[in-house]
Amino acid sequence: MSASENIQVPAPAIRSKPLLLRHLPYFIGVAIVVALAARMQFDGYVHNILMQATTFSIAVFGLSVVLGLCGQINLAQAAFFGFGAYAVGIGTTDWHLSFWLCLVAGSVIALLAGAFLGASTLRLGGHYLAMVTISFQQIVTLVMINAIWLTHGPDGVSNIGRPALFQSSQSYLAFCVAALGIVGYLVWHLPDTRLGRAMRAVRDNELAAGVNGIDVFRTKVYAFAVCAALGGLAGGLFAGGFAYVSPDQFSFAESIVFLTMSLLGGVASPIGSAIGTGLLILIPEWLRFLKSVPGLYLAIYGLSVILIIRFMPDGIWGFVSNAFTRLRARAKAPPAVAALQLRPATTGGNIVLEVTGLSKHFGGLKAVDGVDIAVRRGGVHALIGPNGSGKTTTLNVLSGLYKATSGKIVLDGTDITNMAPHQRTAAGLGRTFQNIRLFRSMTALENVEIGAERPGNTMIGKGDDALTERAMEALTFVGLGSRANELISSFSYGHQRLIEIARALASNPTLLLLDEPAAGLNSTEKLELHELLKRIAAQGLTILIIDHDMTLVSEAAQHITVLNFGRRIADGESLAVLRHPDVVSAYLGSE
Amino acid sequence: MDLFLQLLFTGIGIGAVYALVALGFVLIFRATNVVNFAQGEFSMVAAYLMVYFAVDLGWPYWLSFLLALAGMALLGVIFNLGVYYPLRHRSYLPVIIATIGASILLANSVLAIYGPQPQVLPGWFETPGIQLGPVYLDSQYLLIIGVTILLVIFNFWFFEKTLLGKKLQATSQDKEMASLLGISVSTMIMITFIYSAVLGGLAGLLVAPVLFVSIQMGSTIALKAFAATIIGGFGDVTGAIIGGLALGVIETFGAAYISVPYKDGFAFLVLIAFLIFRPQGIFGERVAEKA
Repeated sequence: MSASENIQVPAPAIRSKPLLLRHLPYFIGVAIVVALAARMQFDGYVHNILMQATTFSIAVFGLSVVLGLCGQINLAQAAFFGFGAYAVGIGTTDWHLSFWLCLVAGSVIALLAGAFLGASTLRLGGHYLAMVTISFQQIVTLVMINAIWLTHGPDGVSNIGRPALFQSSQSYLAFCVAALGIVGYLVWHLPDTRLGRAMRAVRDNELAAGVNGIDVFRTKVYAFAVCAALGGLAGGLFAGGFAYVSPDQFSFAESIVFLTMSLLGGVASPIGSAIGTGLLILIPEWLRFLKSVPGLYLAIYGLSVILIIRFMPDGIWGFVSNAFTRLRARAKAPPAVAALQLRPATTGGNIVLEVTGLSKHFGGLKAVDGVDIAVRRGGVHALIGPNGSGKTTTLNVLSGLYKATSGKIVLDGTDITNMAPHQRTAAGLGRTFQNIRLFRSMTALENVEIGAERPGNTMIGKGDDALTERAMEALTFVGLGSRANELISSFSYGHQRLIEIARALASNPTLLLLDEPAAGLNSTEKLELHELLKRIAAQGLTILIIDHDMTLVSEAAQHITVLNFGRRIADGESLAVLRHPDVVSAYLGSE
Repeated sequence: MDLFLQLLFTGIGIGAVYALVALGFVLIFRATNVVNFAQGEFSMVAAYLMVYFAVDLGWPYWLSFLLALAGMALLGVIFNLGVYYPLRHRSYLPVIIATIGASILLANSVLAIYGPQPQVLPGWFETPGIQLGPVYLDSQYLLIIGVTILLVIFNFWFFEKTLLGKKLQATSQDKEMASLLGISVSTMIMITFIYSAVLGGLAGLLVAPVLFVSIQMGSTIALKAFAATIIGGFGDVTGAIIGGLALGVIETFGAAYISVPYKDGFAFLVLIAFLIFRPQGIFGERVAEKA
């Protein structure tokens, strides 16, 4: 089925050159730096600073993934760094294992610890994560100091080995720089991958990410695990470089140093992370006299965290690159695309959505009470009712934001009653929100791309080009194709609604839920919305719409269900329902 | 059995301190939706202020006590104006990071002034304690428990029975509505910060003679108090108190029967267990974002 559909989606080349070729200059640059690190003669002091900057940068890259991309905090990066360092330290000395094995094992241990920590906490709010990571950090420090049989306690581990291939400190540094180059490439490229887009969506708006088919919890755990693994890798390299590790190098204070490095440079980008790391390693070297007073040095770190957050929230690199992207976005004109094709999946039945006996109780309040709705394929079905009648609650139960107290929801033959929001989206449900929920740090195009990326979307081919193509088609369909590369904040309220609809359309849903799409629109915009609904319905996509605007509802919908006090009071053909005495009295009051 | 009762008493005493700091956490969280990671440093700073007035300057104990609390009120004002207020319209993450920065700043500024050597603050009473049957009741612990009970009663009275308390509650529940009703939201938040700083400071002053006055005492207490709020149910006042007491008892027994070096680790283990099996805590958190 997908093969025949893919043929109809033409794929003009949006990006002219293959990815690796476009990024070739980066790799040439890395190769030159690696060669320099391998050839140039440094004295020991400079060498140590370079070694530290290189390994710390990799750990800070981890923070740019978890904090910058995914918006989750990790205050235990030094602990994960320590896992890698101690794995290499203990492994190569006490256990006489190969350096490579230890390096991999350290990263894997850090990854598993990060995944466990994340999995136990990330379902809850961000402040839990902050405190749990602090606690974890302190436990790890306690173990490093007290488990002397394993870690040698406060004395630390010395004479740590290096791989046979990179015995000299010069060649080892070159190896670490190469590792930095590769990890930096991966982290730099991550935001444009499916996982990276999911992380950014989660950071911007978790609810919207969920109803656009993103598994929010899993995305967060991945981000956290990636961060921890990079910390472990960096720690392993660090241990090989300095040949000595001790618990104080992996304390909470070091976690704060990592955080400050990340914030100072710019948390969203690996370039920023590298700048921040470099500066915070060099500045203390220039201000060595500060180290003579214990505490002063960290006190200044604490103060700079407060000041950066307040005055330079995007960091040094964010400041530079913001100006840069503004110039670039104007220069790039979006390409022309074919018309959007909607091909709602079908199992053949006449009913797309069958809701039976649906109830949602909040304590004693029966917000939705035994409601039946049958949405017929290919039409516009409206759900109306006075304020507080349970419309939006019904929609939230349908899309999985609330769990149904009882009842059954069947979408095109699939029982979705107990699915999480992202699973329902994968099953073919698309929706918009009454109070618009777009990903605010992204462009219109990127927002719609996330919709298009819905698992199970048969309307996109493989690769990023097909994704962009699909998203452009959807944006063009709602009339905003020419503004695809603008940030959400530059659109009017009405246009933001259209982008939300485009985001849902790009996913080629089986059923589209529209939550008060006309709310806040002026009369011209309402007419445009009506036209848009007609064009959507003309392609055979079924729409379930909630709205207060009776003109819109009576003109657009063939079928209406009316709720009042959580119960269904009328259901049937539009005109008949609107004349129904119960409906009239619910809206206008009875005599 | 004797040891059991003795440990129970000590555990409740320590737990009462956690409960006080946890209360400060909860009040700020309810008013601003932000967890203040510098809450523990309030206790530490207060203890050092007390050391400065009572030990270094040799002023009378009661005067030093009042001055230390006044200093905490001032710190609450500075903290609000310097850390929270400029960021109040941003999401929770920048605010959390800023309070962490403030925590680092406070702890290390004190370290720069006093050095790493822990300070000793004499107890409040001449008599060290009383023997009650098999249990020795340390006077400082008795004081801690007594003050905590009084504060819990005061807290209840203040928030439920006074107009100011009701205004604070209204602010924490719906800022926009409260401001439409003529409540000055920024004043209410300022009062919350002052109150929490004084509460945290009081906890520090009470516990200082039992523990050493050290730079680490703030973060240690804060960690336990935060664990207490999660165990009790985040954002719930009763939960914070019960959670604090429970944690103090668990930790004391853990140290006595299992391991002393890992004493500070038990709080974390209990915390993780709660997060996995009962994340809403004993009394349940009201967490739901409206769609």
